[in-house]
Amino acid sequence: MSETGILAFGAYIPKRRLQRAAIHAFNGWFAGGLRGLAKGEKAVANWDEDAITMGVEAARDCLTGLDRTIVQRVTLASTTLPFADRLNAGVVKEALALADATGANDAAGSLRAGSSSLMQALDGQATQLVIASDNRKAKPASEAEMNYGDAAGAMLVGQGNVIARYLGGHSLTIDFVDHFRSSGSDFDYAWESRWIRDEGYAAILGKALKNGLGKLGLDGTAIDHAVIAVPVKGVPEQLAKKAGIRPEVCSDPLMAVVGDSGAAHPLVMLTACLEKAKPGEKILLASFGQGADVLVFEATEALTNLPPRWGVSGHLAFRQDDSNYGRYLFHRNLLRLEKGIRAEMDQKQPGTTLFRQRKAVLGLIGGRCTKTGTVQFPKTEINVNPNDRAQGTQEDYPLAERYAKVIAFTADNLTFSPDPPSFYGTIDFEGGGRLVTEFADVCADEIEVGVEMRMVFRIKATDDQRHFTKYFWKAVPVSKGDA
Amino acid sequence: MPRGIKDKVAILGMGCSKFGERWDKDADQLMVEAFDEALVDAGIETSQIDAAWLGVGFDAQNIGPSGIPLSMALRLPNIGVTKVENYCASGTESFRGAVYAVASGACDIALALGVEKLKDTGYGGLPVRSRGTTFDMIGVTGSAPGSFAQIASAYRAKHGVSRDDLKRAIAHVSVKSHANGAKNPKAHLQKAVDIDTVLNAPMIADPLGLYDCCGVSDGAACAIVTTPEIAKALGKQELVTIKALQISASNGWEMQQGGGWDGSYFHTTRIAAAKAYEEAGITKPREQVSLMEVHDCFSITELVTMEDLYISKEGEGWKDVRDGFFDADGSIPCQIDGGLKCFGHPIGASGLRMIYENYLQLLGRAGDRQRQDNPVFALSHNLGGQPVQNVSAVAIVGLHGA
Repeated sequence: MSETGILAFGAYIPKRRLQRAAIHAFNGWFAGGLRGLAKGEKAVANWDEDAITMGVEAARDCLTGLDRTIVQRVTLASTTLPFADRLNAGVVKEALALADATGANDAAGSLRAGSSSLMQALDGQATQLVIASDNRKAKPASEAEMNYGDAAGAMLVGQGNVIARYLGGHSLTIDFVDHFRSSGSDFDYAWESRWIRDEGYAAILGKALKNGLGKLGLDGTAIDHAVIAVPVKGVPEQLAKKAGIRPEVCSDPLMAVVGDSGAAHPLVMLTACLEKAKPGEKILLASFGQGADVLVFEATEALTNLPPRWGVSGHLAFRQDDSNYGRYLFHRNLLRLEKGIRAEMDQKQPGTTLFRQRKAVLGLIGGRCTKTGTVQFPKTEINVNPNDRAQGTQEDYPLAERYAKVIAFTADNLTFSPDPPSFYGTIDFEGGGRLVTEFADVCADEIEVGVEMRMVFRIKATDDQRHFTKYFWKAVPVSKGDA
Repeated sequence: MPRGIKDKVAILGMGCSKFGERWDKDADQLMVEAFDEALVDAGIETSQIDAAWLGVGFDAQNIGPSGIPLSMALRLPNIGVTKVENYCASGTESFRGAVYAVASGACDIALALGVEKLKDTGYGGLPVRSRGTTFDMIGVTGSAPGSFAQIASAYRAKHGVSRDDLKRAIAHVSVKSHANGAKNPKAHLQKAVDIDTVLNAPMIADPLGLYDCCGVSDGAACAIVTTPEIAKALGKQELVTIKALQISASNGWEMQQGGGWDGSYFHTTRIAAAKAYEEAGITKPREQVSLMEVHDCFSITELVTMEDLYISKEGEGWKDVRDGFFDADGSIPCQIDGGLKCFGHPIGASGLRMIYENYLQLLGRAGDRQRQDNPVFALSHNLGGQPVQNVSAVAIVGLHGA
């Protein structure tokens, strides 16, 4: 039997990085004690991003260069799933255009959701895509607001040509309530940090590390990379030391540049680690949340052959400085701005049309005429070419991974957008197909006719009356950071 | 080519309400205002009308569905009333219904009326609305100026026109229409503006500023049509007849990459114009068309329309505009009544408002703004939708026998 382990990895970090100093500049009068945290920046999702969209982007990164038909299961782990009852991983499956015969499940309820899903996948037989993504809200002027960042990580797990073989893992489950968020609540409630440090991290996670290493027959000194996803300064090193792991092999918890991305954080940090790990090196992954998970991997030669991808480093380099705390609050629905009458359009989504058009809407799958080769979006009964009214000749033609060029555009200040002006335009895909679509994360002067674009999966609109989120694809300018 | 309708139908009378922010009137009152003028002009009784067509673009915030609102407002004698909607071509579409009814012989006298009460919607600009459940999932819900602004970027790229040159050319379009509207007592906006005001106005949708966008107005316009023979029998001496009436709707071809459309012009306008010229027997439009009312919803739209109507050469419309070719005293005045820009744009009324101005000009009844060079053929043009998916209407009216 072939080895089990990680076949590929990927990450997604939103482009905007909110400066913590900007948060403190606004809230310092009220919460002066947060001054010590007012350093560095945190990744903030745009208004049209959530745990699903970020998860899709991390998964796309992970699946770079791979034939997606190998994916048998997909898991989306998050504490901020947009839907309480609609399979969130099902939306991801459609966006990734995976086969209908793909298993899918959501994992939630703990910051360990990502690492536990990864462990379960590694214990199974299927080729499984494990995605962890979180987009947590925090009250203004809270510690959490300073600490939390938005991100997603993804691991393709299975057997065969693994880039990191799974040496084994250990879990510990104890109902330790360091913080909680009840169903339907927007914000976490946290207990004292000193208690969490001593009784949580030191006692529970410390024990899991010791027992995990013991179970695998490993000495702490054998670990070359300790990915301890505890976003508190100094704690990973202390835990490592106590477990016999050299403190200097602890991975950067990314607090200065991303923030604590919740259930996603272990997978995001693991991605960053795998980007620089060398064949033969042993990687320990540890996460905390009502207990702890400890997993150990060994990088293989296959790691060096993995096609280039964004990963954490690519996304960190692709950044936009953001000091607009007001916009961040508005995008989190924490600041009630007058949206104007144009925001009142009823966004009711009939389930019937979404079902019929799910491949086009969620998967950006167009049509290609088998007779003329004409590519179009969306797929229609009669060919788009009126000179050849071929009927019923179109086969599915995915467009999401294709680059496109702008042929016409505008920046619209009149239409409602949570992030004005609304950039949109007409784009032509490489290899055929044309789309009029919105542009995401665009700065002034970035767009001109001829500019190359790529597609990203985003929120199209939300139905404020019935609370349904509508997703579609938008175009972003191709940048130097693109793989 | 079908036989066409040239000179088969004459305009018996026309009317147009004052356009603007008509806080004082409901839609049915605006309909009466336009109709009263047309009825007097036609010199007939309401009972002589055989059928009617009502053009309205927005219904939910306006008069509601069906032809009943027109029948009720005018107390029509239980004749057939059909409501039509074809975006901004709705007014011309209602005219087509009435004209075709007369041309077919089904009616002796028919009425076309367009109305819109936009100022009751609460919007500055056009209301946002669904375009159907499938479109709403994948289409862009932009504003009307944003939709049309896209043309400017593609036009610049295709013809190598600098951002500044194009911005100045489209500014000239607006300055010209404001100058014309200032002479028109029925126009919504009756104030001239200078080019710096236009250039420095707040940006609505790049590159369109506030003065690049037409007025959102209330108003109604109508036409009563019959055959030339009946018109003469009713005592009309000088007749304005319909020379051509063509409408073209996108079939999706613009969305075919490599099919030929590059985003810089309106494909349907070119088709409707070519068919209209053929129907009217016009072979050299730049020389034969006396004056034009075109769909200047936005300044860039008017500019590219000059090329789509084969008046300006492709890529040179911006130069003709800049050189004053379309000014009130230019070779072919365009929007001599102020256009959508200043007369205002109540969607359902606009097509008929344009024909109304052309009718007045052909009969020498346009007052201070009357062209003195005896116009013969007058063209009106409407455009609705968005550049990749639109409907165009071209109506040419002229002196009977020309």
